[in-house]
Amino acid sequence: MNDKNKIITGLIIFIVIITFPFWYNMGKASPVPEPKLTDKAKAAKECVEPKEYMKVEHMQILDIWRDSVVREADRVYINEKGKKFNMSLSTGDDSCMGCHSNKADFCDKCHDYASVRPYCWDCHIEPPKEKK
Amino acid sequence: MLELAIKGGKTYWGWILSLLTIIGIAFIVYLWQLDFGLGITGMSRDVSWGFYIAQFTFLVGVAAGGVMVVLPYYLHDYKAFGRITILGEFLAIAAVVMCLLFIIVDLGQPMRALNVILYPTPGSVLFWDMIVLNVYLLLNVVVGWNVIEAERNNIGYPGWIKVLAIFSIIWAPAIHTVTAFLYCGLPGRGFWLTAILAPRFLASAFAAGPALLILLCLIIRRVTNFDPGREQIQSLAKIVTYAIIINVFFFLCEVFVVFYSRIPSHMDHIKYLFFGLHGHNALVPWMWTSMLFMVTSIILLVNPVTRKNEKVLAFTCVILFIGTWIDKGMGMISGGFVPNPLHHVVEYAPTLPEIIITLGVWATGFLVLTILFKIAVTVKEEVSGV
Amino acid sequence: MKNSRRSFLKLAGISALGLGAKPVLNAFASSDEHGPEIFPNQEALTAKRWAMVIDTRKFESEEDFEPIVAACHKIHNVPKLKEKRHKIDWIWIDDFKHVFTYQEHEFLDDRVKHLPFLVLCNHCEKPACVRACPTRATFKREDGIVLMDFHRCIGCRFCMAACPYGSRSFNFRDPRPFVEEENKEFPTRMKGVVEKCNFCAERLAVGKMPACVEASNGAIVVGDLHDPDSNVRDLLKNNYTIRRKPYLGAGPAIYYIV
Repeated sequence: MNDKNKIITGLIIFIVIITFPFWYNMGKASPVPEPKLTDKAKAAKECVEPKEYMKVEHMQILDIWRDSVVREADRVYINEKGKKFNMSLSTGDDSCMGCHSNKADFCDKCHDYASVRPYCWDCHIEPPKEKK
Repeated sequence: MLELAIKGGKTYWGWILSLLTIIGIAFIVYLWQLDFGLGITGMSRDVSWGFYIAQFTFLVGVAAGGVMVVLPYYLHDYKAFGRITILGEFLAIAAVVMCLLFIIVDLGQPMRALNVILYPTPGSVLFWDMIVLNVYLLLNVVVGWNVIEAERNNIGYPGWIKVLAIFSIIWAPAIHTVTAFLYCGLPGRGFWLTAILAPRFLASAFAAGPALLILLCLIIRRVTNFDPGREQIQSLAKIVTYAIIINVFFFLCEVFVVFYSRIPSHMDHIKYLFFGLHGHNALVPWMWTSMLFMVTSIILLVNPVTRKNEKVLAFTCVILFIGTWIDKGMGMISGGFVPNPLHHVVEYAPTLPEIIITLGVWATGFLVLTILFKIAVTVKEEVSGV
Repeated sequence: MKNSRRSFLKLAGISALGLGAKPVLNAFASSDEHGPEIFPNQEALTAKRWAMVIDTRKFESEEDFEPIVAACHKIHNVPKLKEKRHKIDWIWIDDFKHVFTYQEHEFLDDRVKHLPFLVLCNHCEKPACVRACPTRATFKREDGIVLMDFHRCIGCRFCMAACPYGSRSFNFRDPRPFVEEENKEFPTRMKGVVEKCNFCAERLAVGKMPACVEASNGAIVVGDLHDPDSNVRDLLKNNYTIRRKPYLGAGPAIYYIV
């Protein structure tokens, strides 16, 4: 084998490139963001379902809600505790965004951190930005 | 075997590089289309499918046309085609790749393309088209690759390959039939609503595909040391002859039915294409050119003197290819949409970005084709020891 | 209200169609009492088969239609695009010979000849668009309304080729900048999806009549085709009505009194 050096150099370059994201971001990890609640959300104490559940599964709930509203015309959600909710992302004060009207601090913070970009707001009209 | 594709002379790399350049430019334009939306094309509310879907339809035909060398070899044991079946299969691969790309570039939301699998809908012809095209691609990849590898190693290909090859022979008409069903099952589009659409598609496919293959064989003979063979080319030419005659015959059947019955909703589309409607006549010169080319090619193909002269044959294949491309690639789609369901005449013409993206997809297809043919031809050269 | 109660099992079933149903099921598996439930709105207007009757005798000129078209397009955030190619319409007007293609004749009376007719999605009994759609992004509800699920549409435009009435529009570009006055109660669309009249499904669901009906001063009536005592059945019984391209067998649900 005369190509030993070439192969080793190639391998090193390959490993450097493939691990690039790791060492490029080393030490730059940002702290896990905590979503902020609006006063209205704080006062309500609990969301549609318990906080822990919402944290992990809110996208599932949104998906189910979306299908049942759009496809089945069922718009009322009654949770285990018997509380009624209007199934809507952004229409009206009793919608998701009616309570969580601080999209930037509530949604975007974590989504940006996790690098997910839901395209909800390409169509749904986001609540007006809060004035600080 | 892929390594065979990276050993080539200056012309080879020059060709590859120019294809890559076109692909690169087209890709940038495609990124623009992704960002802006399909509004950069000439399509509209009234003509909602355009150049992309037209190319797609035509290329499904080219892909299916590859079967015209595979069938005589595997079913009729026509040994002469053994030399070139691989070319037919590899041409089919390149053509299907282009088809799939044309579908992707035509989607408004390409990121959601997999919804077709996530929510399978057997009632939709598009669902079946997705299946038949992908299976046909797979069949040709598996069969083509195994056959050429066996040839390289000087062994016979395994038995199951023959089973797959025969399966692909049945599958080829299926891809074009399903593609025709996309159009001819739609109510209210008089131009497409005809049972002869699928047969017409197949006839033009079996003319255009082998015609392209003849041209490719002639090019291969010129630029490589492998000769696909005079007999092979002449046999292909006869296939093309029959197919193009049947294609024009089917079209004339359609013309008779439409104009003798005088049903306006069927007549108006053909009137628009060949004579113009309410003063709109953008496609008239194209359609007559197409007819002229197809009829001329019939005359040149039927006459044995002109058919046997390979220079004339090459010319014939070029005009035939262009003729069928206009007929199916431009007329078939625009013709179906003009006039629109409310009988307004809204014309369509592709825009420059649309044409560049189209060229990019063609270039991708030819890149795939070049690489595959390079491999096939190199193996053939190795085996024959030249 | 009949069949309004839908157990959570069905809900889980819906999500099972998609991916990732498991976490949802697991989360509720512990709650043995009764899980969450989903209902239609109590005030929702319902029908076995929605239909519309347009009394064209109550219209005289183009101006009479303006408020109707404007109401629909405003409520649904339908963009006004300057480029003709990119035009989006849910409801619009056209001449008799275009709306009822191949039914006009030379000696048609002047009123009908020059009267504009409203055109919108026909909410067909056997919709060609629904059959063509490869993802069921467009679908027919049990009550006959043909709807679009904009979340699912891949923008293949097969439905536009299939629709024999030209009722569908495609978002050739981002429509947002062209929505003149955003109605915050209804989403806009995004580029690359098809859209059309939705029979105001979002209004029916909260007990409101479709926007065009409200804006029409009684010229447009919607109701239940399967209820012999409904207002639409009454109109159909007492007036001669026509539909667009009935010979195609699509079964349009929009009737015109001429």
